[in-house]
Amino acid sequence: MSSIHPPEKTFVLGEFATPEQLVDAGAKLHALALGKLDAYSPFPVHGIEAALGIPKSIVPKMALTAGLTGAIGGYSLIYWCNVIDYPINIGGRPLHSWPTHIPITFECGILLTALTLFFGSIALFRLPRPYHPVFEAESFRSASIDAFWVSIESDKQPGELGDVAQKLRDLGARKVEIVRGPIS
Amino acid sequence: MSTVAIAEVRAKALKARAELEPTPWIAPVKDQPKHDDSNINKSLLSYIWKDTDQGWLKMLGLTSAGVGLLTFAIIVTVVKGIGMWGNNKTVGWGWGITNFVWWIGIGHAGTLISAILLLFQQKWRTSINRFAEAMTLFAVVCAGLYPILHTGRPWLAIYWLFPYPNTMWIWPNFKSPLMWDVFAVSTYLTTSLLFWYLGLIPDVASLRDASVGTLRRKIYGVLALGWTGSARAWNHYKIAYLLLAGIATPLVLSVHTIVSFDFAVAVIPGWHTTIFPPYFVAGAVFSGFAMVCTLMLPARKILGIEHVITPRHIELMCKVMLLTGMIVTYGYVMEHFASFYSANPYEYFAFYNRRAGPMNHIFFLMVFCNCITPHLFWTKWGRTNLWAVWVASIFINIGMWCERFVIFVISLHRDFLPSSWVAFHPTWVDISLYVGTICLFLTLMLLFVRFLPAVAVSEIKELRLEMEHAEHAAHEAETATMAAASGGVPPAAHAAPISGKEG
Repeated sequence: MSSIHPPEKTFVLGEFATPEQLVDAGAKLHALALGKLDAYSPFPVHGIEAALGIPKSIVPKMALTAGLTGAIGGYSLIYWCNVIDYPINIGGRPLHSWPTHIPITFECGILLTALTLFFGSIALFRLPRPYHPVFEAESFRSASIDAFWVSIESDKQPGELGDVAQKLRDLGARKVEIVRGPIS
Repeated sequence: MSTVAIAEVRAKALKARAELEPTPWIAPVKDQPKHDDSNINKSLLSYIWKDTDQGWLKMLGLTSAGVGLLTFAIIVTVVKGIGMWGNNKTVGWGWGITNFVWWIGIGHAGTLISAILLLFQQKWRTSINRFAEAMTLFAVVCAGLYPILHTGRPWLAIYWLFPYPNTMWIWPNFKSPLMWDVFAVSTYLTTSLLFWYLGLIPDVASLRDASVGTLRRKIYGVLALGWTGSARAWNHYKIAYLLLAGIATPLVLSVHTIVSFDFAVAVIPGWHTTIFPPYFVAGAVFSGFAMVCTLMLPARKILGIEHVITPRHIELMCKVMLLTGMIVTYGYVMEHFASFYSANPYEYFAFYNRRAGPMNHIFFLMVFCNCITPHLFWTKWGRTNLWAVWVASIFINIGMWCERFVIFVISLHRDFLPSSWVAFHPTWVDISLYVGTICLFLTLMLLFVRFLPAVAVSEIKELRLEMEHAEHAAHEAETATMAAASGGVPPAAHAAPISGKEG
């Protein structure tokens, strides 16, 4: 059932005017441990990962793996084609002439790294996801324009989260919204 | 306070101030002395929300007609064969390869600006990178057309261009530089596309959120893939973007190096030299920056983005052109010197033929455009007079096309055997293809600036914040210097972090 109907979650959202306030509020909320935290901003905010306790990205490891796989794969392909499957004498050159294999090996490494970086990070962003409960709040539009939002994820009903909303106001949020929706 | 300490504080103040001078990267506009994220968003996206203006429509009409011509020329080439081009038995590579290399070179400025300047932390790249990346992408599309068409029957060419298990069970010749080229150019196109789109996602999301009307919101909503600007996503995004820049940098150098291998690995006099890779890469950057200037100067006015692409940006681009122009000139001088010093009569003749042969007017046009024009940029006037920059950039575009023509066609048309010497004349199909790809490029650029953000909006917002901090730091350091110089105690404020400040 859960695969058809993803579970509903409630998000308490607070809007801040500056990135500094966001980092400050994020760190305080993290210390309170009210629920899973996230922040939303028009550009990457310096220091937010530390404030919210977001772990280091695994993207570099993915990229390195992909680069090596691509390069080894590219070289192996050339070797297998030119030496094993279809050996052909081109102007008396050796079948396995490694210097001529370098450009394609390099390009294959780059290609697989680029594809992995793009599609891998899209997957890590959990995109494409046209719907997200935070979009329920019309004022959340400012998150990509000029405002800095923080969210607290919860399984409770919106009515039960008044204290969390108050906490956000106390931390200086100029707007607070509570939204609920299914999240996959 | 000791004199040393005062000097230190003063140096700090001067350094902070230098970041903001002489013109800030985001210039103030009329009625708007101070920028904030909201008006940056509005001003950079305003062209997209405007009603279609007549000028844009007329230009699109004109360039689309050119795309029609291109389509026709492609059909003629495919139906009748490449005998419709001016190529002949001696000049096997004519305008096709000239245009291919010219277009690839133009594309390189985009990657240079977006990737290499990012790694060097050059703040001025932020205003021009998205536009230049789009240019890269469209230029590579135009470039790619030529070798594909040059195969004659592209639908039969796949088996010797890409290694796939075909029915004949044979594999491409991986030892050929032309194969390396296939891999380099297709990797370049893919990486440029992914890099461009990854950069666009946050900006398309801000378009989605700033849009009025459901249809626009839906279209940009789909393109933004559901981006929320979540800190968890930015965490991956920042590093992915940086790494893409990191791999794009060696990639862009490899692409033109491999393109130059197409020639340098052959034994044709005039081609078989080791200077080719660096001199091709410098030429690519040279022509790419020229194309950025040619397009950016009118675009910044039409799109109303003059406050983020300031005269200081243009001056810096001129300096890059001056530097790369001189590298290219050095390449020419060295080639001619090497041909003389080699004592190889064929090598000597190839260059003699460039200077004194039947097509030497193109050689001298190239020398004028590429070696003399950029020296205009030594003068402040030459870098700041926009008309002068624009005309010079067009000269450089022409000069770089001539360079490719000189290298390819003039080296080929008189080879080892005088009995096979021929003249080269382009046909109407050659000319139509060339004009057609220019129009295709312009059509794609026109559509891009109309429907997508031509400036990296989220990066400009980040830059604005950085500048605000720099301004703040400079102000505080200056206050401290003054206080120290007058013997007073520096105000406590200069020790406080900036984060306490209200925005």
